[in-house]
Amino acid sequence: MSITVLRPGLLTTVQDLGRYGYQKYGVIVSGAMDAYSLRVANLLVGNAEGEAGLEITLMGPVLRFERDMLVAITGGDLSPTIAGKPVPLWRPVYIQKGSILKFGHSKSGCRAYLAVAGGYNISSVMGSKSTYQRAGIGGFKGRAMQADDVLEINSPQTDSLWFIWQLTKQAACSPVIATPWYAGKVHLGLDSDPVAVRVMRGGQFEQFTDESKAKFWDSVFQVTPQSDRMGYRLSGSALLLAEPLEMVSEAVALGTIQVPPDGNPIVLLADRQTTGGYPKMGQVALVDVAKVAQIKPGGKIRFEEITVNEAARLYREREKAIDSLRTAIGLKLRS
Amino acid sequence: MKQTMAECQSAANMVPFGETAIMIEFGQGIHPDLHRKVKAVSHYLDQYPFPGMVEYVAAFASVTVFYDPIRLNSETVAAHLQDIVSKLEQGEVGEPRVVEIPVCYGGEFGPDLEFVAQHNGLTIDEVIEIHTGSQYLVYMLGFAPGFPYLGGMSERIAAPRRQSPRPAIPAGTVGIAGMQTGVYPITTPGGWQLIGCTPLELFCPNDNPPTLLRSGDSIQFRPICPKEYRELKGAGQ
Repeated sequence: MSITVLRPGLLTTVQDLGRYGYQKYGVIVSGAMDAYSLRVANLLVGNAEGEAGLEITLMGPVLRFERDMLVAITGGDLSPTIAGKPVPLWRPVYIQKGSILKFGHSKSGCRAYLAVAGGYNISSVMGSKSTYQRAGIGGFKGRAMQADDVLEINSPQTDSLWFIWQLTKQAACSPVIATPWYAGKVHLGLDSDPVAVRVMRGGQFEQFTDESKAKFWDSVFQVTPQSDRMGYRLSGSALLLAEPLEMVSEAVALGTIQVPPDGNPIVLLADRQTTGGYPKMGQVALVDVAKVAQIKPGGKIRFEEITVNEAARLYREREKAIDSLRTAIGLKLRS
Repeated sequence: MKQTMAECQSAANMVPFGETAIMIEFGQGIHPDLHRKVKAVSHYLDQYPFPGMVEYVAAFASVTVFYDPIRLNSETVAAHLQDIVSKLEQGEVGEPRVVEIPVCYGGEFGPDLEFVAQHNGLTIDEVIEIHTGSQYLVYMLGFAPGFPYLGGMSERIAAPRRQSPRPAIPAGTVGIAGMQTGVYPITTPGGWQLIGCTPLELFCPNDNPPTLLRSGDSIQFRPICPKEYRELKGAGQ
């Protein structure tokens, strides 16, 4: 069981939910930029939600399926097609052996996730299958996918096999069969511009000038082309400290908004370093990190203030929603 | 003395860091006393991680503890950490582990050694002698896996960063930037002055822990010749 990479796309990597527990050694977390979409993709094919998937960035790859497979594509709509026909997102899709999946231009979002039933046959390094490119570990040989790579696939779970059988007995001849139902798209908010992101005050928020504090909440920032998996570099209003600040390196987190001396904020994302020495203006609520990760270079973003307790409440609500989704998808797959 | 210590301890700030972490701030700056407090808490959390704790990051003057916001809330974690900090006596951390790092200085191993010597009006041998002449405290790991932020370098061998960074500095390279010295665990771009190279691997992803060095270690550099470098490098593979 395998998938052959015919063309790799801009940046296609294997990612799971990240490598936790090793930050104290300076090992970065990595993982899916939009963890929500990866989790849903896995649930849709009957995998454990933390299984590794392919993270596909803006210009996607061309992939050939060497066996019949059950897959799900979630996240941004990067126009996936098979034999010229669109492959629908956010649902289980049966793909026949020999089919070639191509991605086109981005209709919405920046990253898509491709999960396959059974998961990719990738060994864990330090408890995670995520690719850590700079250290050359995890994922597929510690690097992004290249042409002619062959990704081995594990045998699917019983649920998935049953579901493949259900799908194929209904429409025997088609090379691609998708369910009419779909699930989980609601939380991403890919279509708004600017994208509104909820943010808590950061550790050094009070040290910025009153004008900068006001601008932080009032103005619209643009995501620059220098943005990557490490962080999104924004431009717009320069944010300035009231007085020079001597800081020594301290921990940073997923969604930390730090401000280097040039005043242009950086939102730290999956491949962030473990520590940093720039003042922290804000902290993106965990539930909104996926929204940030789906903004394309050139896209716009604005910040809305919330408290730590509100952010925690939103997080609990989101996890409840995912619980319900898990139950609902489980019932569908077994029906 | 006892009172001073109590004051120090109560001075720790529990700062909410988003909905997933609390940062314990012991102060600002780089100082062995702050480091000891960081070390004491880290040591405790290694031994007694609490349910719902995800991991921690120890830095120069702070320990940031990440938790699962489904199981715990900010106030509960802050109170628990305050308890831990108040309980810990400063003297509890044992003697630091001394890690010897063999380094082949100069030549192809350290192309900037001559610059560092010239910049400080020293000979190459004097730079090596000073660099290996004292022990260095690992204040924290960061920047790259197993990269040590070291304290204790003599200002007599300080040197500015290079004007243009090199695109790829090989793993094991020992460098100097300003008043700092360090060892690159993985190949990265960087602007440090490169003075030597160690055959040891600082990042070993298949080992547990995955790094040669840990926060709180003491480092002793030892000069070796190219022959010994190659022997040690060969033995490690």
